[in-house]
Amino acid sequence: MLAVVAAHLVLALCLPALARYNRRLAFGAGAALLAATLVWAMAQAPAALGAGVTDVVEWAPELGLRLSLRMDALALAMIVLVSGVGALIMVYAAWYFGPRSKDAARSAALLVTFAGMMLGLVLADDLLTLYVFWELTSLTSFLLVGQGGQYRENRRAAVQALLVTVFGGLAMLLGIVLLGGIAGTYSIPELTAAASAGTLAPDQPVALAISLVLILMGALTKSAQLPFHPWLPYAMAAPTPISAYLHAASMVKAGVVLVARLGPAFSVYTVWWVPVVVLGLATMLLGGWRALRQTDLKRLLAFGTVSQLGFLMVLFGAGSRVAALAGIAMLLAHGLFKAPLFMVVGAIDKACGTRDLRELCGLGRRRRGLAVLATLAGLSMAGLPPLLGFVGKEAAYEAFVLEGGTRGWVVAVGLLAGSLLTVAYTARFLWGAFSTKGSQPTGGDPVPLGLSGPAWLCALTGLAAGFAAPLVQDVAGSYARSLPPLGDAYATQYELALWHGLGLPLGFSALALVGGLLLHRYGAPLTSRARIPGVSAQRGYEAVVTGLERFAIGLTGRLQIGSLPVYLGCILATLIVLPGPVLLMTGAMPEHQAPYDSIMQVPVGLMVVIAAVALTRARRRFTAVLLVGAVGYGIGGLFVIDGGPDLALAQFLVETLTLVAFVFVLRRLPAHFDEPDTERRVRAPKAGLAAVGGVFVAGTAVVLSGARLQPPSTTDAFVANAPEAGATNLISAILVDFRALDTIGEITILLICAAGTASLVLATRYDKKKGGAVVSSGSGSPKHEQEVLG
Amino acid sequence: MTTSTDRPGDTAPPPEEDTAWERWDQPSGRWMLPGNCPDTRERTLVLEAAARLLFPTVLVFSVFLLFEGHYGPGGGFSGGLVAGLAFVLRHIAGGDDDPGSTLRIRPPVVVGTGLTIAVLTGLAPLLWGGAVLSSAKWRISFGDAGYIDVVTSLLLDVGVYLLIIGVVLDLLRSLGSGIARDAREAGEAAPRGSGGGDR
Repeated sequence: MLAVVAAHLVLALCLPALARYNRRLAFGAGAALLAATLVWAMAQAPAALGAGVTDVVEWAPELGLRLSLRMDALALAMIVLVSGVGALIMVYAAWYFGPRSKDAARSAALLVTFAGMMLGLVLADDLLTLYVFWELTSLTSFLLVGQGGQYRENRRAAVQALLVTVFGGLAMLLGIVLLGGIAGTYSIPELTAAASAGTLAPDQPVALAISLVLILMGALTKSAQLPFHPWLPYAMAAPTPISAYLHAASMVKAGVVLVARLGPAFSVYTVWWVPVVVLGLATMLLGGWRALRQTDLKRLLAFGTVSQLGFLMVLFGAGSRVAALAGIAMLLAHGLFKAPLFMVVGAIDKACGTRDLRELCGLGRRRRGLAVLATLAGLSMAGLPPLLGFVGKEAAYEAFVLEGGTRGWVVAVGLLAGSLLTVAYTARFLWGAFSTKGSQPTGGDPVPLGLSGPAWLCALTGLAAGFAAPLVQDVAGSYARSLPPLGDAYATQYELALWHGLGLPLGFSALALVGGLLLHRYGAPLTSRARIPGVSAQRGYEAVVTGLERFAIGLTGRLQIGSLPVYLGCILATLIVLPGPVLLMTGAMPEHQAPYDSIMQVPVGLMVVIAAVALTRARRRFTAVLLVGAVGYGIGGLFVIDGGPDLALAQFLVETLTLVAFVFVLRRLPAHFDEPDTERRVRAPKAGLAAVGGVFVAGTAVVLSGARLQPPSTTDAFVANAPEAGATNLISAILVDFRALDTIGEITILLICAAGTASLVLATRYDKKKGGAVVSSGSGSPKHEQEVLG
Repeated sequence: MTTSTDRPGDTAPPPEEDTAWERWDQPSGRWMLPGNCPDTRERTLVLEAAARLLFPTVLVFSVFLLFEGHYGPGGGFSGGLVAGLAFVLRHIAGGDDDPGSTLRIRPPVVVGTGLTIAVLTGLAPLLWGGAVLSSAKWRISFGDAGYIDVVTSLLLDVGVYLLIIGVVLDLLRSLGSGIARDAREAGEAAPRGSGGGDR
């Protein structure tokens, strides 16, 4: 399985080059891979629906970190969306991006990467593996939504999506680590088993509750639940194929998948199901309500997605068998109707040049095929027979009617209200896109088969899946097997089907349909006026972000005051205050401290001391630098005397180079230290601090080096293994063999330092070179500051 | 005489009738020579000559240190620093406008090459199923003439070596030439005897 995920990455790396050669071929290759993934998954379906197919690669076993993938019913359902719908969207994208589109190459590669990450996410069987893929999808979607970064709208949408989802992701990481700590495992099956056996941290209920809430933060932000929902409609700034993929098949489903994945384990805990169900219901109602006010077809669908995600959250959060059956059916149904609806909007956008339902007119007459297609998908969204959406919705009503009690009835009525709104915005969408409203028919160029074909295939699958409800039941049943059937005996036998006979659920469906149509027909004054003043999640987000930026600017202004002595003073003071008392209290001078080991140490040591003392009296910068050099060479000499030629060599060379670098810089500095003598009151504390710091460091060196009586145990191993590493020089063997990772890290730091120095010094020069005119980088200018502060 | 031949140390273009075999020992290109030197009073010919002699020698020594590192003091870090110091010497003797060798490689490329070699050396064992950064040793025997030990971790050292040279070159470019050029562009005359304002 890991190989399949990796194949996505490998292909993504090749796609930009392929897209430069032929754009459609690139998308085609992507579609082929996704389709192959779907076939591969279907081939393993029997095993997956049974015990599940697993694949484990140890990553860092010492940390309990491993890449652990497992294909089960939930993963299978999601692969249908991620790979199946994804393949269709890739085909659609091949026709959507124009022949000269500069975005095509990047988009193709990113879409395939995204599909791979999403695949990893739905297959993940280990919380840490899941987290890795989780954040990778956040990053990829940031790049997808941001596009080339040329438009402010795209940038803002991408940043908002990233900030919100990564904020949730980090909270989730905390929760995962906490949960892993108290449960002793990151493996999801082990956690589920422990939770259902009641042995999951029975003595630490508070820690468990905190970890669950933190993990939920990830799910709620990623799936755009109240109050984190605004990022999703804003992400509509991305091109339509990308929106379709993010919304229908993948990214925003991640939160739902997480709740579904962990639901069997945790839905018995109040702290898990209450936020999921309450926020899910609220999101469903709010999303539906706001969709009724939209005039942009794409944003209407986006709020519809928000609403549907709330619905899915409720179903997976409830933790009952029938609700889970309904959840899987709705998960599939949502992907199968939302993707074609988005594709239709993209086609309308291409054909008419607008997506505004106030401007579209008479499209239904002239593009009958498109209208039929949209209606087919829309009926599934509204939950009408014989489509999969109906099957799912029936099961959803049934689940909570069966459950009964306060929770059951409250949720059932809530779902009814949400479905009513769903019907209303579906009607608004179809009416807005295809009805004849004005006198001036708009656009309506023929839609190429490449744009309509994938949508047809997707919508027809939704229709077929309605009739093939027993097949869906197989998948859903396998997922819901472990969940308790809440309600009477019928709850254990309930199966997904098109017809359950007359009953309360059917009545609910009829009520939602009639109510929704009435709301659409007569409710316009109501929906356009009713809004809650003063409360806006988007404004809340903006307030938080600008508040953080203000705080950061204020804090930086206080801390970074631009005085080197103050910075050094702070560092030294911290060094003295924190470990200093510990050293005084517990440090013991070594017993046999000889004044010197070799007589040669005395003159060299004296030289270092004299140079250091003279350094404090130096008035000229050049003298000071030379004295620093003398101290350095003296220390190098001490290394030679102590028998460390390697260290001494490095010390001498570095000292020489430092001297040269100093001299370079000194050319631009005044010859003398221009410290006016009047500042004596500052000088005394400075000297005091420096002296105490020096004494402290020297004392620490003596105490700590005296504390070690035996050579460290690792040394023996190093010495013993040095010949095996082919080295007679132990230092070299350590540097390039035993501790080679450290060496690579260190040289990377050197690279960063060199790049940093060059940027600082050369920055001004590059500004000047832009065609003779001065081009400033922009940061720090009043305009930029204003933009940041909003 | 063209302006380029005014530059000290440059060879005059050989007369047309010269045959190839008469020119075999003449330097074919400019190496390690200062470019325009507007103020001839600031030149120190002794230093220039010494630098010219020392530069290749020091480079060879740095390579020696690189290979010697496994058995005695030295290694990629020290070797790289020594090589870097050779370039520093050249910079000091040649001035800000030393055009470098005819092979123009920008310092960041050298730095990046070094890091790439080091990282690839670390990752290479994965291809043979080893752990990251594990090393191998081969002994190539030459019969009675002795043998050579080849250790793969030497490649890591080569990476370090290149990276350090690149860092020093970058330092010369930014702090050396960069600062001087900035000063010139700002209209400031370089201080006499540009070795710090103390003299």
